[in-house]
Order: sequence, then structure tokens, then C-alpha cells
Amino acid sequence: MLAKRIIPCLDIKNGQTVKGIEFESLKTVGDPVELGKYYSDNGADELVFLDITATHEKRKTLVELVHRIAKEINIPFTVGGGISTIEDAEAILSAGADKISVNSAAINKPELISEIAQKFGRQFIVLAIDAKLENNEWIVYKNGGRIKTELELFSWAKQVERLGCGEILFTSMNHDGTKNGFALEPLKWLAENLNIPVIASGGAGSIKDFENVFSYSNVEAALAASVFHYREIEIRKLKRQLSLHDISVRD
Amino acid sequence: MKVAIIKYNAGNITSVAFALQRLGINPEITDDPELIKSSDKVIFPGVGEASTTMNYLRLKKLNQLIPELKQPVLGICLGMQLMCNYSMEGKTPCIGIFDELIEKFPAKEKVPHVGWNTISNLKGDLFKNIPDNSYVYFVHSYFANESQYSIANSNYIKPFTAAMQKENFYATQFHPERSGKIGVLILKNFIEL
Repeated sequence: MLAKRIIPCLDIKNGQTVKGIEFESLKTVGDPVELGKYYSDNGADELVFLDITATHEKRKTLVELVHRIAKEINIPFTVGGGISTIEDAEAILSAGADKISVNSAAINKPELISEIAQKFGRQFIVLAIDAKLENNEWIVYKNGGRIKTELELFSWAKQVERLGCGEILFTSMNHDGTKNGFALEPLKWLAENLNIPVIASGGAGSIKDFENVFSYSNVEAALAASVFHYREIEIRKLKRQLSLHDISVRD
Repeated sequence: MKVAIIKYNAGNITSVAFALQRLGINPEITDDPELIKSSDKVIFPGVGEASTTMNYLRLKKLNQLIPELKQPVLGICLGMQLMCNYSMEGKTPCIGIFDELIEKFPAKEKVPHVGWNTISNLKGDLFKNIPDNSYVYFVHSYFANESQYSIANSNYIKPFTAAMQKENFYATQFHPERSGKIGVLILKNFIEL
């Protein structure tokens, strides 16, 4: 049976993880490779590395980092942040990443999705969408949530599916950072109306929140950052709880 | 131990090479027929599209070389599919080591099949010490049905072949190089064949 995936997300700036990390066992607290390895040894199903520097000059650092991660980690990982061309995608793929996550660049140039999908396969492209509920409508934002777009979440999601992305990573800006749980309604809609896997992101605060998102909606995966980094939730414990609730997870 | 990874435009070559390095093996990534023939083990990785990849293999005459190999060969993902007769992806005649057809998962369901799924009915040395219902990592939209060659099965939408074997040819639909500790064991088993 296909397991629901638990995905820690690591924010990277200048080659280092940025969110405060409370793992005493790690030698270099800020080293994304060591932290990624820790997670992969402790039950994570997949990792997402988001480069929040993402300026052109820093690209090279990112490619070198991806290479180091690929060398050490034996679970799949996605790399995102500022990927805007086929060349960016190719560099990250050949450095050893399994998938890339694209957000603003796809909004600016939707055909980028089909170009990447055609060249590297649709499994290689995860489309990240940040959206905010405003007057009963989910509005898509770009540039890390700073710029409002004309797009509406559900039609954008259908469009990117048609263009050829392999998965959708949806973050509700209303829920992100609140620790009050995932945005259940839009996630339910996405998981029911798309024929590609959906990853839930934004709002995880407790084990119960993960139980809720998997029982309420048919999302394939749930992503979180701080609850894992601060050890408020341990992935193995989370998975034990989920399996007690008949949610299938990889042990 | 000399291990060759067949070099072509497959996306996961780097990850496969790193996975072997973690096992203490320095693989040769090559499309040189002599080097491939003289290796103790050969790995045929694969991420990409079937028809484009077959064209490339034909150009390099690798489609003739691979079926003639006598040492253990391991096809991974698209590598496995190309070792079959024919793939519905791009309507592509393939290498034909396994007399099997590669079909597409029905479009009404969520495709690609992405994530960790269990494998069962494990047979033979490739799965030595691997418990039934272990989780491994899959990413694919096309599949082979269960057959006489199956040495592991899985189920997504319908039952399908997770691994096959015929003589010295082994192949997995999943990615051992991305399947955590279980994947490491499977690669180690292959190296020790």
C-alpha cells in the first residue's frame, strides 16, 4: 500500500540552514547535509531544500550543496528556490536532486513547466503554490508570498497539472506559521480534483494536525519545518500515531 | 570489484553512483562497450522518456550490447522498462530481454505513482534478508504486469511487477538508490551476486 509521506523542509541561505535548529546531536547545527542525514535516518520519507537566497550569484553554491546532499542521502529530495530556467533545472538534476520545486518562475512563464516536464519527465517537477484566502477566494502569491497575482488557486492548480507538473505543493499563507493545523478545505478540493499527488504545507503544530489532514483529505504527503526542527514532533512518534489511526506510513 | 554504470542521458546516474560509493565501490560511469563487457557487474539506470532514451541507446549500439552481457546486470526504473519488449510510452520497441509489455497506469487515477510502497512475494538472492512488505521508493507512470519473471510485486491501482529476473538480468521498477536502508541492502545483494 502506498504510504503517506512525511517531509521535513529545510530553508537554506548561503549554504546553511536558517531556521533555528535544536538538535544537540548534530556537530554542525547549520549544515543542511548533516541535518538532512539526521532526518533521513530518523523516519523522514523525503526532504525538501528551499534556497531562500536564490540569487543568481549564489546558484553555484546551491549546485555544490545539492551534490553534497546527494552524496550522503539515500531518500528522495527536492530542491527549490529561484529555479527559473531549463539550465537551472538541469544543473540541479545532474548534481543529484530527484525533483525540483518551481513557484514564481512558472507564474511568470507557465510554458516553463511543459518544457521541464518534456525534457526531464513530469515526475521531476513539483509545482509549489502559495495562496491566501481573501473574500472567499484563494489568491495565488508569488516571490515568497510578497507579490499578489491575478491567479486563483484551483484554476491555477488545474492549469499546472495540464502543463505537466508531477506534484503540487500547496502552502496556505493563512495557516503557515500559525501551528493551528493545515488548510483542510482547499487541500481536500485539490486532492479530489487533481490527478497528481498533493503535498500539504503550512500550519502543522501537532501530531493531531497530521492525523486530521490525512483523514480529512486525500493528500499524499504533509510537509513541515519548525515542528520538526525544534523537535516538537518526532517523525517516528508521529508515524506511530498515524498508523494507530489506520493511516498507512512507512515504518 | 569492477562495477560499470551505463552512461546515457538518465537522470539518476549521479544518485546510483553515490549509492555505490556509500557501499565502498567506485563505479565506472561509461558507454565504452569494452569497459562495460569487462566489468563484474553492470547497472543500467533510468529516469526519462522511453522513445528518446531508446533512440540514444541505438545510436550508441547499447541496445545490442546489453542483451549480450553475461555478468549480473541490474536495470532500474526506466532501465527495467527498456529491458522489456515494448513500451506504450512513445510506442517504443525496446531491448526485449524480458518478453513483456510496458503499459501506462489508467489516466483516471493519480499518475505518476510517487512514493513509498510495499513489495511482496520476494524471490531470489536480490532480496536476500529483505522482509516481505518492505517499503521502497517508486516514481513511474508506466508499469509491467506480474509475470513469470516477477521476483517482487507491488500494488498501485492494480498489481504490478516491482522487480524481475531472467538468468543474469535483474531489474527493479523502484529506485534502490533512493529506498533508504532497504535499498542499500538490495544494492549490496546485487553487488554480492
